Amino acid sequence: MERIPILKMGDCLLVTIQVDMHDRLATTLQDDLTERIARTNAKGVVIDISALEIVDSFIGRMLANIAAMSRVLDARTVVVGMQPAVAITLVELGLSLPGVSTALNVEKGMALIGRALGKAQGTNGGPET
Amino acid sequence: MAKTKSRLAEIFARHERELIPEWMNHQLAAMTLRRDLVNEDELKQQSRRFVETFRAGLESTDGSVDVTTPAWAEARELLGELSRSRARQGFSPAETATFVFSLKQPLFDRLRVELGRDPEALTSELWQSTVLLDKLGLYTVEVYQTGREEVIARQQQEMLELSTPVVALWEGILALPMIGTLDSARTQVVMETLLQKIVETGAGIAIIDITGVPTVDTLVAQHLLKTVAAARLMGAECIISGIRPQIAQTIVHLGVELGSVVTKATLADAFAVALARTNRTVAKVAGAG
Repeated sequence: MERIPILKMGDCLLVTIQVDMHDRLATTLQDDLTERIARTNAKGVVIDISALEIVDSFIGRMLANIAAMSRVLDARTVVVGMQPAVAITLVELGLSLPGVSTALNVEKGMALIGRALGKAQGTNGGPET
Repeated sequence: MAKTKSRLAEIFARHERELIPEWMNHQLAAMTLRRDLVNEDELKQQSRRFVETFRAGLESTDGSVDVTTPAWAEARELLGELSRSRARQGFSPAETATFVFSLKQPLFDRLRVELGRDPEALTSELWQSTVLLDKLGLYTVEVYQTGREEVIARQQQEMLELSTPVVALWEGILALPMIGTLDSARTQVVMETLLQKIVETGAGIAIIDITGVPTVDTLVAQHLLKTVAAARLMGAECIISGIRPQIAQTIVHLGVELGSVVTKATLADAFAVALARTNRTVAKVAGAG
């Protein structure tokens, strides 16, 4: 079955969506990602959707859900590289993803998570994974 | 029917020569003629050409008064050209239509002279010619209107393009000075150009300046918030600046919730915030002045 690869980079998990999202793929991604966060104890998740050109309300909701689930598992989610048309569609659908951090590209997303984790580690000195 | 029609055509053809100067006089006498916009020679030229095409139209139809048939194509083309040029010159619709309508009087005079003894024929010919001229007159108004609408549509498009520039203030900082009332169509254009520019430049901060927006109501505020939300989804932060005191009052009175959007009174303040966010400062050169 088709799956979206999840790469581990240090404390972060990197998910790059390169294919058209359909609903089954989205739910599989949810399962895989939560399972992976729990297993690797990741502190950050970067979802790159720069290749995603079409979204519907389901995919929009899925992004919000993934962010919420990751937060519950103590990982920050950053959605990066959203296309203008996708952003407009989501806003028009009323899904402005309030709890999700965003960045222009993977690099900036990683930097954002790095800063957030650096701060967190500075305050409570969490263990390296 | 064909016989009576040919009578009108025949009468018209016979008196064509006298008709033109007479018609010219009527046109020149009409209050609606704009002497400042069209000279006599030009008018004469136009009148002669119209009389010719009108006669050609009369001769090639079999008594029908339908001016949309190919027989009237030449007349229509001439009138269309005339209306368009007059619309551009600044004639009013009435002034343009008078060109055709003023032909009635000289034509009716001729018909009365020719058919005075036969009231029935006179009435029918009068009716036919009046219907024809009315239709042609209305056609000029229609073309005139279309010409004007084209001008308006083009201007709207130009305004839309003019009023939505996205400027790069600094590396990573964009500004969007909005001028004029925001409606759905404009917001859409603004949003698209801003987001496109964010992708192109990789800017992290966009300043939306609404100094030039005359009024902010709930709809405009909603449009603004949509733009901000869309930019945020792409990973750029928006600052709204140029909020005038009255607009600040209106926003509060309307109960518009701007949420977590950063707002500043002036573009300069917003720029200062943007610089601070990107870890930059503006400093005076030491020792100068």
